[in-house]
Amino acid sequence: MDLDSLYQEIILDHYKNPHHAGLRDPFEAEVHHVNPTCGDEVTLRVHLSGTGDDVVIEDVSYDAEGCSISQAATSVMADLVIGKPLAEALALHEEFLTLMQGRGSVTPDEEVLEDAVAFAGVARFPARVKCALLSWMAWKDATSQIVAAAPLAETSPQTSPEETR
Amino acid sequence: MTVETTTPAGLLDGLELIRADFPILGRTLADGHPLVYLDSANTSQKPQVVVDAMVDHLERHNANVARAMHQLGAESTAGFEGGRDKVAAFLNAPSRDEVIFTKNASEAINLVANTLAWAQGPLAVGPGDEVLVTEMEHHSNIVPWQLLTERKGARLRWFGITDDGRLDLSNIDELVNERTKVVSLTWVSNMLGTVNPVAEIARRAHEVGAVVLVDAAQAVPQMPVDVQASGADFLVFTGHKVTGPTGIGVLWGRRELLEQLPPFLGGGEMISTVSMERSTYAGIPSKFEAGTPPIVEAVGLGAAVDYLAAIGMDAVRAHEEAITGYALEGLSTVSGLTVLGPQRAELRGGAISFEIEGVHPHDVSQVLDSRGIAVRAGHHCAKPAHKRFGVQSSTRMSSYLYTTPAEIDTLIDGLEYTKKYFKVD
Repeated sequence: MDLDSLYQEIILDHYKNPHHAGLRDPFEAEVHHVNPTCGDEVTLRVHLSGTGDDVVIEDVSYDAEGCSISQAATSVMADLVIGKPLAEALALHEEFLTLMQGRGSVTPDEEVLEDAVAFAGVARFPARVKCALLSWMAWKDATSQIVAAAPLAETSPQTSPEETR
Repeated sequence: MTVETTTPAGLLDGLELIRADFPILGRTLADGHPLVYLDSANTSQKPQVVVDAMVDHLERHNANVARAMHQLGAESTAGFEGGRDKVAAFLNAPSRDEVIFTKNASEAINLVANTLAWAQGPLAVGPGDEVLVTEMEHHSNIVPWQLLTERKGARLRWFGITDDGRLDLSNIDELVNERTKVVSLTWVSNMLGTVNPVAEIARRAHEVGAVVLVDAAQAVPQMPVDVQASGADFLVFTGHKVTGPTGIGVLWGRRELLEQLPPFLGGGEMISTVSMERSTYAGIPSKFEAGTPPIVEAVGLGAAVDYLAAIGMDAVRAHEEAITGYALEGLSTVSGLTVLGPQRAELRGGAISFEIEGVHPHDVSQVLDSRGIAVRAGHHCAKPAHKRFGVQSSTRMSSYLYTTPAEIDTLIDGLEYTKKYFKVD
């Protein structure tokens, strides 16, 4: 069992020093996702700007608790999607999903996935795939909620609520 | 590296022979690592006699029970009901009819909680009544009572946990009162390992007329359990944690209570007669066993409790205590490691949950697994107990009658390796 293929240095680096951590204003949606089998949790906020084809992911902020894989995946995801047009971010999500569900048979494109290629090894540990996907699912959920809620032009950012979860 | 200095007192005689009864313990895993199975509180391994009893039943005696009039039907019924006799004897139940077979311990608790919701008369739970549980329960002894109290407008109340992982009984006079209808608690915590004073709590509960359910899922596997001495009105456990198969659990209940409760599931075998207008119901235990029961599982469970009885539950308990003490000692040498729950082996069962600063339990179990060591990581279906100690999850090692001190040494080495791997301290 090749532990080092699971715990790539990049993953351990993100785990020790997560990027974009903490909950920030402004945001249009906040979600709380839990992995019921292990208890990993993430509270995640998404802030979008623009309308129509020009929607951009302005910010993804989060408060997450969980294993190295789930923490690192959250950090890498935030790096990847912040600043990207929505359509491109959604395509990245699909690309990452394909990698994770490939049981190790998918060769990731580093040009596209950047640090997320480090998760290729995780796909060979079926029990850990859900760890890597928790925050991506949360991000997709929050983003879909914003898009579904209103034409973005009319969306006004919320301010931070008193309670966090 | 830890060096095994002494063999702890109380280990089972012929431990190597006992291990030889469990074929799976001879397995090697990836990279040639021998299996070190420290997840027995999750499910126990099975001795050859249990496997053989089940195979023999399927190969030679298989038929439905009670309703088949042929020779095989009689043999299968004898095997199934023989399982009930063995369980009744193992628990020192006053009557075999008080042993109800369910799917698992969760179903056994749900059976009681649901039939209490439907009960009329003195057992009925209604608005203003209280059901008392503890903060250290497994989710299966929380959720059925949440459902019951929500449905009936009753109130769910909780015993707390002390800082050292014992039940906080300081407010028992307030918690156990004339509104208390049910007290449901675990005998041995699956997370903290705590052994609770169930007889004393049952005595207090009975003073106010409450019924007492004891979740013995972690107790029956590892200590002598005498239902008559326990003080319980209902006691549940599951087959797969007592070296038996999955798919079968046990509800033991006092006859007068089981007879007062309405049926749980409706179906075949639980009736006396059925007409289009109404049905009348069979006596216990059939009243609570609708449909074809877990037949080969009952045969396997019977073989399992016979196996444990032959070794002797006092001896099993002594072994668990010896291993637990040895493990607590070993774990105390790992810097940054905190054991949750009582620190003395005599106060606890053989499940030890712990945290390692800077390494998440999932990552601990992943690294241990790469060395053939099987432990559990997560909330162990005891989220309130984890919350009480301010942790989201933990790593849990749990021993059983086949666990050796050398396996504990392997675990301790594995934990040191884990810390190195994640570059902590």
